[in-house]
Amino acid sequence: MRSSRKLAAVLAVAALLAPLASIGQDGGTLGAVQDRGRLVCGVNSGVPGFGFLDEETGTFSGFDIDYCKALAVAIFNDPNAVEYRPLTAAARFTALATGEIDVLIRNTTWTFTRDVDLTTNFAPTTYYDGQGFMVRVDSGVNTIDDLDGATICVLQGTTTEQNLADEFAKRGLDYTPLVFAETAARDQAYDEGRCDAITSDASQLAAIRTKLSNPDEHKILTELISKEPLGPVVRHGDDRWFDIVKWTVFCTVEAEELGVHSGNVDQQLQSDDPRVRRLLGVEGDFGEKLGLSNDWCANIIRTVGNYGEIYARNLSPIGLPREGSLNALWQDGGLLYSPPFR
Amino acid sequence: MADVPAETRTKPYGGEVLPPPTVRVGPLRWLRENLFSSWWNSALTVGALALLYVVGKGVLTWAVTEANWAVIPASLKLLLVGFYPEEELGRVWAVLYGTVVLLGLSAGLWGGLLREAAVLLGAGVGVLLGGLLLAGWGERGLLGGLLLLLLGGAVVGGWLRARAPVLLLRWGKRVVGGGWLLLPIGAVLLLRGVPGGELWAEVPVARWGGLLLTFSLAVVSIVLCFPLGVLLALGRQSSLPVIRWTCIVYIEIVRGVPLVTVLFMASLMLPLFLPSGWEINKVLRAIAAFTLFTAAYVAENVRGGLQSVPKGQIEAAQALGLGPVLTTLLVVLPQALRAVIPANVGQFIALFKDTSLVFIVPLLDFLGIALDVLENPKWGGPAREMLLFVALVYWFFTYFMSHMSRKLERALGVGER
Repeated sequence: MRSSRKLAAVLAVAALLAPLASIGQDGGTLGAVQDRGRLVCGVNSGVPGFGFLDEETGTFSGFDIDYCKALAVAIFNDPNAVEYRPLTAAARFTALATGEIDVLIRNTTWTFTRDVDLTTNFAPTTYYDGQGFMVRVDSGVNTIDDLDGATICVLQGTTTEQNLADEFAKRGLDYTPLVFAETAARDQAYDEGRCDAITSDASQLAAIRTKLSNPDEHKILTELISKEPLGPVVRHGDDRWFDIVKWTVFCTVEAEELGVHSGNVDQQLQSDDPRVRRLLGVEGDFGEKLGLSNDWCANIIRTVGNYGEIYARNLSPIGLPREGSLNALWQDGGLLYSPPFR
Repeated sequence: MADVPAETRTKPYGGEVLPPPTVRVGPLRWLRENLFSSWWNSALTVGALALLYVVGKGVLTWAVTEANWAVIPASLKLLLVGFYPEEELGRVWAVLYGTVVLLGLSAGLWGGLLREAAVLLGAGVGVLLGGLLLAGWGERGLLGGLLLLLLGGAVVGGWLRARAPVLLLRWGKRVVGGGWLLLPIGAVLLLRGVPGGELWAEVPVARWGGLLLTFSLAVVSIVLCFPLGVLLALGRQSSLPVIRWTCIVYIEIVRGVPLVTVLFMASLMLPLFLPSGWEINKVLRAIAAFTLFTAAYVAENVRGGLQSVPKGQIEAAQALGLGPVLTTLLVVLPQALRAVIPANVGQFIALFKDTSLVFIVPLLDFLGIALDVLENPKWGGPAREMLLFVALVYWFFTYFMSHMSRKLERALGVGER
């Protein structure tokens, strides 16, 4: 549901012309960013939890925004050395291909076509999105199987509708679809209680939830029935830059796994655990190998926090449960897994 | 110019035209005649009043008890100037103050249209000031200063016009006129700053947003597209085939594509064709798109005006010995442009509202900022309050434009001859 043919045509042109455009000078993207003194990050400016305008700080805020900040901290040790470029879904890949932005962190699904045809590289997934369900808290529904016989609000003629039919047939469950042509009508019908559950991508459900009359009375099930892995995207052809983006994400994940967070990172510098010492740059020269300072990861954790903190700050408040979901650490049954720092 | 008051204008045969007799009607009589003239009219009146009451009560109850207006004062800075640095906001105020002083002085010096504009703008600021929309007393003070300066300027200007010696008056007018000419340059210099400047640090246009951006886009595009449109219209009527066909092809192509496409091209495709390292400022790209697009429409409006000028006028000008350039400048264009004021202002109003399409570029204009602030989970719920505020602001400025155009038409006597 995140692509269209028209878009693909534009993107194909963009991809063809990409090599003509600037892909940085000798220092590559990192050199260009350092010369400029700030990172240019393509973001989404209108998704609750992931990217929106915060009037208190006067700038953007959200899960994706925090990863822009993490990257800026890795390079400059300054979370404010970022210029945010809000992008439409149609504009994002062109902006990346033409070098207008250094990195795209705008809930973009990692797919074969985008990775291969559009000559982009996807850094590790930061959020495993997928089609999910939202129900009322007092309905007693906790898993998809509890939805047997339920009425479900769904958008007409989308892959969402198809996925729903396939999944329920596979599980041998009964349901009554309540089909809508427009999202607003579907959301209102659910809010008015005309259906027991509403289905869409989980991140979308969270956005819908913030606009319901009583958000607290609704919850999003952790089970998902489709794959929409979202993560940062960079251009082909600059492996050093790709590495930096990739290991910035891994840094936040590894830190959570090792129990390093913004509150204890300075004590952890004295840790005896060699894994922690390498992560925080006390031992080894991992930062320098990336072209950064050795304490890059320690700075990220100190300023932005580890994955769990970023998640708790942005996504938990809007009702995206982490426990038991794909976004838990691998020890907890999720998919978040960082290769070792060594 | 309608220098001669209508009452004393004489008909060709010399008979005086008297104004129509005025009839004084009391309120009761007026009510009876207009609202309750028959049982059917009475029923309609009562029905309409009942409907107004129900709707009005609903809206008022919502506005006073249910609506959460807090989102507007909280995000006012973002809405008005976007990401303009907080510590540099004084520069925006300085530009506002400069404009207001000039407007006040001009209103006093020349009166007429300018006074009308000053009164309307003052009323707008007054409503904003009186409304519950302001966060703190600091902003209230600054806004109140605007009103005071407007008033002060008007008083000084009025005094100059009424009391001052002729020489001083003449100089006053020159200074104020020069001020208007310098204002755009000064405003851009002040708002954008100088690269590497100490006193006025550079604020890249990319950091502008909100109403400031909406305004910059609209004003610059309107100012640029008008002369371009006139040139295109004249070119389309040229007897030189190269010029004529260039203009026709341009106008017809641009009018044949939606504005969204033009913006899309300017923002997405253009960078692909530029050599590496080149980057054209996004705001400039948007301004270019709006200007080139609207110019085609303005050209067709002006062509309509040009065709409405009777051939006899041109022949008369030629008989007087005016060359083609002077004929066009002194005889044809003034009449043609006056005739198409309503159409052109309509186009400008459309342009002002169309600036909200810059989300494609993407830039965050007034509406864009409002929508993105609303995505903060903190505000949740439906967005009626914010959207109502946005609509009101748009309405105020478009009404200002259409009101001023009507006054301008009257001052130029459109439709009277």
